[in-house]
Amino acid sequence: MTIPADRLRTETAALRGGKELLRLATAGSVDDGKSTLIGRLLYDSKSIFADQMASIERTSAERGDEYANLALLTDGLRAEREQGITIDVAYRYFSTPRRKFIIADTPGHVQYTRNMVTGASTADLAIVLIDARKGVLEQTRRHAFLSSLLGIPHLTLAVNKMDLVDWSQERFDEIRDEFATFASKLNVTDLTFVPVSALLGDNIVDTSVNMPWYHGGPLLDHLERVHIASDRNLIDARMPVQYVIRPQRSDGSDHRSYAGTIAGGTFKPGDDVVVLPSGFGSTIESIWGPGGVEVTEAFAPMAVSISLADEIDVARGEMIARPNNRPYVGRDIDAMVCWFSEDGELREGNRYVIASTTTESRASISSIAYRLDVNSLHRDENAESLSLNEIGRITLHSQQPLMFDGYRRNRETGSFILVDEATNKTVGAGMITGPVARDSNVVWHGSKVSADQRPYRGGTIWLTGLSASGKSSIAVELERRLVAAGRPAYLMDGDNLRHGLNSDLGFGDDDRRENIRRTSEVATLFADSGAIAIVSLISPFADERQRAREIHAARELPFYEVFVDTPLEECERRDPKGLYARARAGEVKQFTGIDSPYERPSTAELVVTPADGSPGEVADAVIRNLGL
Amino acid sequence: MPQIGYELSHLSALEAESVHIFREVAATFERPGLLFSGGKDSVVMFHLARKAFWPAPIPFPLMHVDTGHNFDEVIEYRDRVVAETGVRLIVSSVQDDIDAGRVVEQTGPGASRNRLQTAALLRGITENRFDAVFGGARRDEEKARAKERVFSFRDRFGAWDPRAQRPELWNLYNGRHAKGEHIRVFPLSNWTELDIWQYIEAEAIDLPSIYYAHQREVVPRDGMLLAKTRFLEIADGERSHTETVRFRTVGDATCTGCVESTAATVAEVIDEVAATRLTERGATRADDRISESGMEDRKKEGYF
Repeated sequence: MTIPADRLRTETAALRGGKELLRLATAGSVDDGKSTLIGRLLYDSKSIFADQMASIERTSAERGDEYANLALLTDGLRAEREQGITIDVAYRYFSTPRRKFIIADTPGHVQYTRNMVTGASTADLAIVLIDARKGVLEQTRRHAFLSSLLGIPHLTLAVNKMDLVDWSQERFDEIRDEFATFASKLNVTDLTFVPVSALLGDNIVDTSVNMPWYHGGPLLDHLERVHIASDRNLIDARMPVQYVIRPQRSDGSDHRSYAGTIAGGTFKPGDDVVVLPSGFGSTIESIWGPGGVEVTEAFAPMAVSISLADEIDVARGEMIARPNNRPYVGRDIDAMVCWFSEDGELREGNRYVIASTTTESRASISSIAYRLDVNSLHRDENAESLSLNEIGRITLHSQQPLMFDGYRRNRETGSFILVDEATNKTVGAGMITGPVARDSNVVWHGSKVSADQRPYRGGTIWLTGLSASGKSSIAVELERRLVAAGRPAYLMDGDNLRHGLNSDLGFGDDDRRENIRRTSEVATLFADSGAIAIVSLISPFADERQRAREIHAARELPFYEVFVDTPLEECERRDPKGLYARARAGEVKQFTGIDSPYERPSTAELVVTPADGSPGEVADAVIRNLGL
Repeated sequence: MPQIGYELSHLSALEAESVHIFREVAATFERPGLLFSGGKDSVVMFHLARKAFWPAPIPFPLMHVDTGHNFDEVIEYRDRVVAETGVRLIVSSVQDDIDAGRVVEQTGPGASRNRLQTAALLRGITENRFDAVFGGARRDEEKARAKERVFSFRDRFGAWDPRAQRPELWNLYNGRHAKGEHIRVFPLSNWTELDIWQYIEAEAIDLPSIYYAHQREVVPRDGMLLAKTRFLEIADGERSHTETVRFRTVGDATCTGCVESTAATVAEVIDEVAATRLTERGATRADDRISESGMEDRKKEGYF
């Protein structure tokens, strides 16, 4: 009959096998044929039923459309059907023998940015539509940027309406190149282009006969094959505790387990774990899947319950991690935020409820660093507020400590929502960049030795400039001269740091910022010990160099920014590691000066140019000018 | 927990998502309730809830909104489940509303109590002070449902405002609400009819017998086959005949159609579902056909 308790532990071949699940988000406006594209995917993969088809044929005829308007299939709300637009995220489902697909069909208009962000938050892949006649528009760039901001690993550009440009390969190549140039500024790891006609069905499910010049296979083929297994973080073990299972039993048998959904990494029975923020350690005794199936290894997104060897008190809102791999624990967070509220703006000092993993806390906005124009990517650093559909970088302070990772490392532990306490509405969504440099949750252990008791006054010389501008050579000479003069000095070269301290970081904007943040922190330790830290880092972003300066100022340590101003042409001519050539060839992405910006310093203590002589001569001048 | 390397099959992934939703509600609401009709979606929902809290019993009661026009097999099934699992069942009945004069029953052929369910549902929620109500609705069922959130906010009148839905991101669900308001929660949002049947097969879940082929007296109407029961008024010129049928959905006996089918096992049903060319509601639910926006209007009134 139904399900005696032991029968909940079923494990059958059907559950074991089965398809992969792929979540995709579609972006683009109705005019680009987005609804038609989805309708076509459903129709050609036989996921539309006869009664749905009959209903849209009837409605199309009533509206006077010339053909069965497949867009009607996806616009479910009356206002949408009347206005012919998509207001809200709609979810569609279809399956092929290889995969089950969940489509989050998101509205393309700028006034519905929040809905696109909503649909994109869990997507493995985004399809952005381009009208071949119009090419790359502002909204194309916006959708691509939002996809990268939300950390969607795969991006597919469907260049639609190819029938209206005579199936032209030149036009397709032109659009592809223009978009690829723009995308190089984004965090996009996998980019695919497909020329299609959604209306006629070319390259959606079946290969187009009209475009024999294209050899990439139809869109559905890509959706079925794209490799998603490696997109998840299987390194950093994280399980936010969601619910404590503790049945009251009359027979005295005891069961206590902590239920939750794995957010990253893997857990096995026998693993040493730490519970945060309390910091208690224990060992995993057992892991159960739903219904009590014994699990030998748990990984995201499994929903499990875990029992621990020790009697420690664990509650919802805490996080189980590994002792040697923990999330950040802190109250001050730096994040990108998308604002959803029509009722009020986000401003400094405003208070909200923050919900992140299974933790809820009151939080206040500490600062707005900038507002980002989602169309031009321009940063307005004078912004004082964010209003509906705007995106910006903020810092906030939470009453309770939060356990988090950078969003780039983990979308589950790096995300949060903000709720307005008065209306209970979800007013914002955030993607965490990292902890704020001065995290007040960490107690600063004062030293018994003060700066004037040390034999030397330390400080940091920060060399910034393009790759191959000569920073490292000058830094080597600086270190040599200072040590020879009996001063403790230590060279921190960006390339060398990436082999150790920063070996886990890439070259995207966020990782670059983290690279600089860590380097700044370590430099202050050297400087505080009385040494001269010599940092040689491209450090292309003005606001990051400013933060390095602030970190030093907070500890009352001298900070000298030295801009090695060698023109790009000269750096390219030198190209000692051949990196410029590779960047020009497109083999290296996000290379400063080529497809990633370098923001010239305006507040450097010193500016040196090739005209100032050899690295040794420049080093002498730096020591003299800085009075070291 | 079956796995393919570090990949979950789509059914395991859907199961994990539903389990996460159940636990989230149990942890953050004071008085949840689970709507249980004995239909396959609510049966799967109940099964998932039991798995989510194993080895503890589910921390909420079931509520059946009873139109009084039930298939006998479904009521038998419901009562058997309650007896076997020891779960608490609350019945909120349309007949009580009719007897108290709160609602007026339609008469004549085509009359159905399905529309009256809304009042009984909202009354049941109020009387039991539920702050969260689990429903078995799936987004693939119907166009308006495709826009539903997993956590769907309902105001004091139980109404749904499609233009003021809360954004729902990642797996962070916002269930905050004021007193008197409640949240409808749909743990099966991302399941399709085929997923449900595959899961029923995988988990060997028992269903009311009318989901499988059986002989029954039926009345053809509006392109559907309606079961000839003591509740159905026969219009002039309508004839009943005996047919081998099964039900794809189970609702009010007066407006739930059955389909001609010889599928007598889960595997045979799955083959049929995979090959069918009609949506389950389009084929069998007279109540959704009322107008192009039928479901949307009913949801705004407080229905699912």
